[in-house]
Amino acid sequence: MMQAVPISLENCAKTFTDGTRALEPVDLAIAAGETLVLLGPSGCGKTTTLRLIAGLEQPDAGGRVLFGGEDVTALPIEKRNVGMVFQSYALFPNMSVAENIAYGLRLRRQSAAEQRARVGEMLALMRIERLADRSIDQLSGGQRQRVALARALAVRPRALLLDEPLTALDAKLRDTLRFEIDSLLRELGITAIYVTHDQAEAMALGDRIVVMDHGRIAQVGAPRDIYQRPASRYVAEFIGTMNRLSGHAEGEVFRCPGGYVAWPELPATAREILFRPEDTRIAAEGEAASLRGTVSAAFFCGDHVRLFVDVGEERPLVLETPARREYRHGETVALAVERHGLMVL
Amino acid sequence: MPRRQFLLLLLPAALFFSAFFLLPMARLFFIGASGESGWLAYLAIVTDANYFRALWTTLAVAAVTTVLTLAISSIAGVFLERHRFPGRAALVAAMTLPLAFPGVVVGFMVIMLAGRQGIIGEVFTMFGGERPIFAYSLAGLCMGYVYFSIPRTILTIMAAAEKLDPRLEEAARSFGATPWQVVRDVILPGLRPALISAGAICFATAVGAFGTAFTLATRIEVLPMVIYTEFTMSANIAMAAALSFSLGAVAWLALAVARSASGSTVAAAG
Repeated sequence: MMQAVPISLENCAKTFTDGTRALEPVDLAIAAGETLVLLGPSGCGKTTTLRLIAGLEQPDAGGRVLFGGEDVTALPIEKRNVGMVFQSYALFPNMSVAENIAYGLRLRRQSAAEQRARVGEMLALMRIERLADRSIDQLSGGQRQRVALARALAVRPRALLLDEPLTALDAKLRDTLRFEIDSLLRELGITAIYVTHDQAEAMALGDRIVVMDHGRIAQVGAPRDIYQRPASRYVAEFIGTMNRLSGHAEGEVFRCPGGYVAWPELPATAREILFRPEDTRIAAEGEAASLRGTVSAAFFCGDHVRLFVDVGEERPLVLETPARREYRHGETVALAVERHGLMVL
Repeated sequence: MPRRQFLLLLLPAALFFSAFFLLPMARLFFIGASGESGWLAYLAIVTDANYFRALWTTLAVAAVTTVLTLAISSIAGVFLERHRFPGRAALVAAMTLPLAFPGVVVGFMVIMLAGRQGIIGEVFTMFGGERPIFAYSLAGLCMGYVYFSIPRTILTIMAAAEKLDPRLEEAARSFGATPWQVVRDVILPGLRPALISAGAICFATAVGAFGTAFTLATRIEVLPMVIYTEFTMSANIAMAAALSFSLGAVAWLALAVARSASGSTVAAAG
């Protein structure tokens, strides 16, 4: 186990010297041992937030960064004792795997025996013992990222900061490593801040997710909350797929170009209703078909078909349906929407 | 590739290489042995005290020039690559200007600076001090060599510095590395191939430089000057040829060693 430290940002904004505002004033509290994911498209301020925590950037005047009770705002990264993992791995190419992992220990002037023991532990933890004497250019991307993790953890940092660590890897490896990082973070109980633009990664790894938009926090919450109760249209559209119908309310019925949706709790002012693909289905035979549309695309995915249905909206509705039945382009289908999945934002 | 095409495409390089290098070099090699002492002329460079001293002086000047040039160019190159400020482009252009100067002009500039009427001397006398004159010493020669070596070196180092991954430095800092440790563990290893290749060219150029030596080396003997003297004053063509060949071999050796040390291609220059 490592010493877990809570981290908080108080009123942290960041304006670069050229005048660009990368981050609006942000308050954020990260519990000890928590894995917090900063999620958003490029330019949303997530990396800037991470770099403020790391000490690679200083917040604008008035901002404070706290590790535990200690104010570290003025301390540069050298003095903060944080472990960094980068998208580009950033391993020292002039050193072997073992030398890379030992680097932080060497700077701390630990004895050769201590270094050797700790490097051994880290190699075992990441299951890369046989790579110890390899040079970096002999490693695959996945191996490099394991070495980078081992190197960052070897010095027992107060927090682990990961900047898009899986983005450079191919899809399959990303899945494997995502699983490994998840078990590792849980096992170590270390405070971790993880930056990604991949919402699937964020959902899988985060105890909580911070969705960011143009230098602001759009929503903070557990993955489930964010998915099921998005605070804004931006969050709703960024996390997962969202279906949207536009029209107007008529009592308990929402009327739209493709038909209508009945919803007892429908707000009278609703101009638009949203729902997830999993709450959308092909209407059963004999069921009142309230929405009709034509199939604009059908992707066969083995166990299911991903169907795009044009109901006269700007974008087609998306749903997943069992692959038993075949759908043809242009075919007319009747749809039903589960009431519990409906929302207005 | 068909054999015919292969030979045809190799032809321009082969022709050029033969006409301007292989044939004159072979001729030079045999002329070197055509004197009174025959093939022993090649040994004279180590047996004759004067020639040997000239060889050592040449190598020492070249080595000191290389070290100074690399030190200055590394600091300036990395700095210029990382900072954007008004006048930066003009400064880079000014620093690469000596590429266009003939060696004789560079030598003349050293005299203007450190000669009998030089600026350094004027400043010293203004404050009532002794007038230091080092234009014609080894220091003056090194200064001239460093001056015309910096342009090539600085451009190579700037190109290499651009490719350094800033994340590597951030990673080192996250472990608590001081600025010096970052330089030692990240920046210098990252620049190593560029330092080796630029250093080799710098060394080889300094070994063979003539124009600057011609202006400045009135009291010191460096090999290119010795060759010139043997050729024009003593008309000892055989000895001049033998020394020329040896000088070429030394420069070539420097490049070859650098090439094997860096594992990458080092441009041959001389």
